[in-house]
Amino acid sequence: MSTRNTNRNLAKRQFVIIGIFVAICAIYLLKLFSIQVLDKTLKQSADNNVLRFVTQYPARGKVFDRNGELLVYNEAVYDLMVVPGQVKEIDTTKFCQLLGISHETFVENMAKARKYSRIKASVFVSQISKEDYAHIVEILHNFPGFYFQTRTLRHYPKAIAAHTLGDIGEVNKSELEADPYYKMGDYVGKSGIERFYEKELRGRKGLKVVMVDVHNREKGSYLDGSLDSLPVAGKDIYLGLDAELQAYGEQLMHGKIGSIVAIEPKTGQILAFVTSPTYDPNLLVGRVRGAHYNELLKDPMKPLLNRAISGTYPPGSTFKMVNGLIALQSGSIVPATQFRCNGPGSTPIKCTHHHGPSPDLANAIENSCNPYFYEAFKTTINNPKFGGIKEGYEYWYQMTQKLGLGHPFETDIPYEKSGNIPTRKYYDKMYGGSWNSVTIRSLGIGQGEILVTPLQLANIVATIANEGYYYPPHLIRAFGDSTAIPEKMTTRCETGIERKHFQVIKAGMRSVFEGSHGTARGSKIPGISAGGKTGTAQNPHGENHSIFIAFAPVEDPQIALSIIIENGGYGSTWAAPIASLMMEKYIRGYTERPLVEKRMMEGVINYAVKKKK
Amino acid sequence: MTTDRNSIIGKVDWPLLLMFFALVIIGWLSIYSAGLSEGNHAIYEMSQFSGKQMIWMAASLTLGFIVLLLDAKFFDAFAFWIYAIVLFLLVFVLVYGKATKGATSWIDFGGGVKFQPSEFAKLATALALSHYLGRQDAELTRRKNRLVSYAIILLPAALVLLQNDTGSALVFASFIFVLYREGMPGAGAIMLLAVGAIAVFVFTLIWSRMVMFIILGSLFALTLTYYLLNKKKGIGKMVAVFAFFFAFVFFVDFAFNHVLEDHQRTRIEVLLGMKEDPKGAGYNLHQSKIAIGSGGFWGKGFLQGTQTKYDFVPEQHTDFIFCTIGEEGGFKGSLIVLLLYCGMLVRIIRMAERQRLAFSRIYGYCIAGIIFVHVAINIGMTIGLVPVIGIPLPFLSYGGSSLLAFTIMLAIFVKQDANRLNIL
Repeated sequence: MSTRNTNRNLAKRQFVIIGIFVAICAIYLLKLFSIQVLDKTLKQSADNNVLRFVTQYPARGKVFDRNGELLVYNEAVYDLMVVPGQVKEIDTTKFCQLLGISHETFVENMAKARKYSRIKASVFVSQISKEDYAHIVEILHNFPGFYFQTRTLRHYPKAIAAHTLGDIGEVNKSELEADPYYKMGDYVGKSGIERFYEKELRGRKGLKVVMVDVHNREKGSYLDGSLDSLPVAGKDIYLGLDAELQAYGEQLMHGKIGSIVAIEPKTGQILAFVTSPTYDPNLLVGRVRGAHYNELLKDPMKPLLNRAISGTYPPGSTFKMVNGLIALQSGSIVPATQFRCNGPGSTPIKCTHHHGPSPDLANAIENSCNPYFYEAFKTTINNPKFGGIKEGYEYWYQMTQKLGLGHPFETDIPYEKSGNIPTRKYYDKMYGGSWNSVTIRSLGIGQGEILVTPLQLANIVATIANEGYYYPPHLIRAFGDSTAIPEKMTTRCETGIERKHFQVIKAGMRSVFEGSHGTARGSKIPGISAGGKTGTAQNPHGENHSIFIAFAPVEDPQIALSIIIENGGYGSTWAAPIASLMMEKYIRGYTERPLVEKRMMEGVINYAVKKKK
Repeated sequence: MTTDRNSIIGKVDWPLLLMFFALVIIGWLSIYSAGLSEGNHAIYEMSQFSGKQMIWMAASLTLGFIVLLLDAKFFDAFAFWIYAIVLFLLVFVLVYGKATKGATSWIDFGGGVKFQPSEFAKLATALALSHYLGRQDAELTRRKNRLVSYAIILLPAALVLLQNDTGSALVFASFIFVLYREGMPGAGAIMLLAVGAIAVFVFTLIWSRMVMFIILGSLFALTLTYYLLNKKKGIGKMVAVFAFFFAFVFFVDFAFNHVLEDHQRTRIEVLLGMKEDPKGAGYNLHQSKIAIGSGGFWGKGFLQGTQTKYDFVPEQHTDFIFCTIGEEGGFKGSLIVLLLYCGMLVRIIRMAERQRLAFSRIYGYCIAGIIFVHVAINIGMTIGLVPVIGIPLPFLSYGGSSLLAFTIMLAIFVKQDANRLNIL
């Protein structure tokens, strides 16, 4: 009985609970009535006002060279925006006339904008010049739903280093998906440092929310600007590039296919990054970008290709430095070690140079003796201390990796190729496990499967100049706001090869310019000591590639470079003179050899004819 | 008598179900509208939140229907088993769960299918508590029964709290309603004390500790005089209550500065107007109030909202879905939704009272409490009456786990109710 009574009494409690529920509901409704009906400050569209969300684009960071020369800056243009949902009945004929577009374009653009969003703005006509803007903006109030947005375009006052600086273009679908920062129609770095330093250069967009009345007039900022945010300008960037040297390099390479990479050995900063043929970076700006881009893309000379990082070449005789160093470090040879050379009669590799029968290491470098380096390579991988040729090869392979070969540096240069240093596994697979130093003899003289990029080659020279270490080659020198540059680029990479070995190699490279048989003795720079090495990479498709690596001054190297001239024949023909001019220009600021300079600049290699051979 | 498949349709409580369907449909349309910021998409497109929600709606309705077909005694009989499984999942999620927005509460099945056990913990707790209190001798006047009830409620609540999901843990406080209804001594007092404590908390923060002491002191003096003059009994209890509040004033500062986390502290400060920060922590609240406020009386019309489409309001398809309703439906829309919830709650309680089985009645109160707390916190947060606590709006918010759990929760009750005449 008690349970029943209790339950009946307790049942009354339902009304307390219902009361609480209803009370809370009533309080909420009062509050909602207050903010939705009574509070006018929260209202926006009572009298047909609409909000316009104007993106405030920040100025993109400027780019300077190592001496503070301006390389890239911004120019203002105007985008005509449209919010399809706000467009009223307008005089389209007049509107098209005003903009100078056809009726079809109008319909097409409108459909595109509507497809993107009815309520979000899209670009209707992009990049209207300052003059046209002034003309149109005066009568734009007749066309509700349209308004202008300021944008910036890149401009390149020096028109050099197109590949290095890169370009910007509208974001594509995958970029939109990858980073919510971007909205349709935004610009993003597409290549070069514009791409790599996108986050630093772009700054941060701001937003201005303005009220617009039915006459398409701005009535001031919404909620006193409490929702607005100011744009933050992008960081300026200082590159290690020397604009003058870069321009000079591009002139020298005119009419030739190839590249020049010059590095400051002490820092790893790239001084000149020339690829040829090149193009004027101003071509890939603004509304004409698409048309010019397609034109460049179709060009059989492939001017868009950055050969300094995307071209991979057999290093030829320039690789002899690497083999010499590894042979010395492994204790397989000493500087005085001599190997027999029978000239053209040598086996398994013949010699193409004329010199004494038993050169030592320095001699072999000066004369670029093939049999010597084949023997040095063979002695290294057959060195009994490794316990077998495969283990010896493994050691050799690891040393090349430490010298920065076979893999990209991954600093701030997008689309860098790896080159190729064949692995032990590769040969095992290829020869079914039975291979020896004769099988892979080409590696001894930088031929065969070995491929390097001009950048890797230049880095080898910088390493030699530094006598044992390098800083990963990179473009950045500093940010305008003095943010530290990424640690990776300031981290010293050790090769694990002793300094004294480098000194031997350096001496040999010096005699390439100064020795009586030196392969580049014709390109000696009066008054400046330099070390170098010619290379001629065999090319199955045509004339050999002309290669040269060099550094100067020998006592305190300021510049290390690699030059490749495709189908340029012997290294001493084109590559060595150009290298000597580059070094002289950088160190002196001018050159004292106008004849050589003229010959190089005007020299044109006729590729069309050579290729047919 | 056994459940007849053909008659179940006739026995279910249609008013309750219609309110349920209305809310689900409103939710679906709002999710579609909230997600429609770029491009023209149809409501069923899988790239849209509304498209995905459609799948969850189908799944929820299917499962809800299966529940209606099951034997009515099933959930009473297996209540503790279901409870045990959910407890296991809660522990599992703590160990292997996936963290989103600071809370480790998801089990990721891969392929975008995620599952949030805490949504089901409330349901399981309701079942377990109803089962326990529904026994013949489970009078809450007995100390042992009270302690077991507390344990049933607090165990999952603690596990959810460990997941850092403060909002969901808070929902377990809703069981105070059912305890009150079932006659637990002191339950009413706890509710009053809780209201008092919230008031003291708010006023201590707004004013200062000193002012609170003066106010409480004067109140105490008045009450004491009243008690002494009228020679009322229970003076000891009265003194204890005041002692509690005095101590609580001290505790407020400590709790505010040392127990709460930074973001929780800022949310409370913003709510109480102690901090103006429309771009920082106050952003959500500010934006959501603008969106709702801009709706006016009649609203801007379906799909015509602007505030909820410019990514101004964050989480607009999940926890802040009410903004879309407020903006596009205006006060009219808010009123309809609130009345639907209110009607649903009253209906559930009236239905609970007509049950013959204690289990069914208790279960009804449990779910009424759960739905109420969800609605009160969620809508209160969007209109600036409650600090920002991330819990979904029942039946409306985007999210599979939540919709599934609430639908099943309701379906079980509907089934119990449909079966009530079969109980002698």
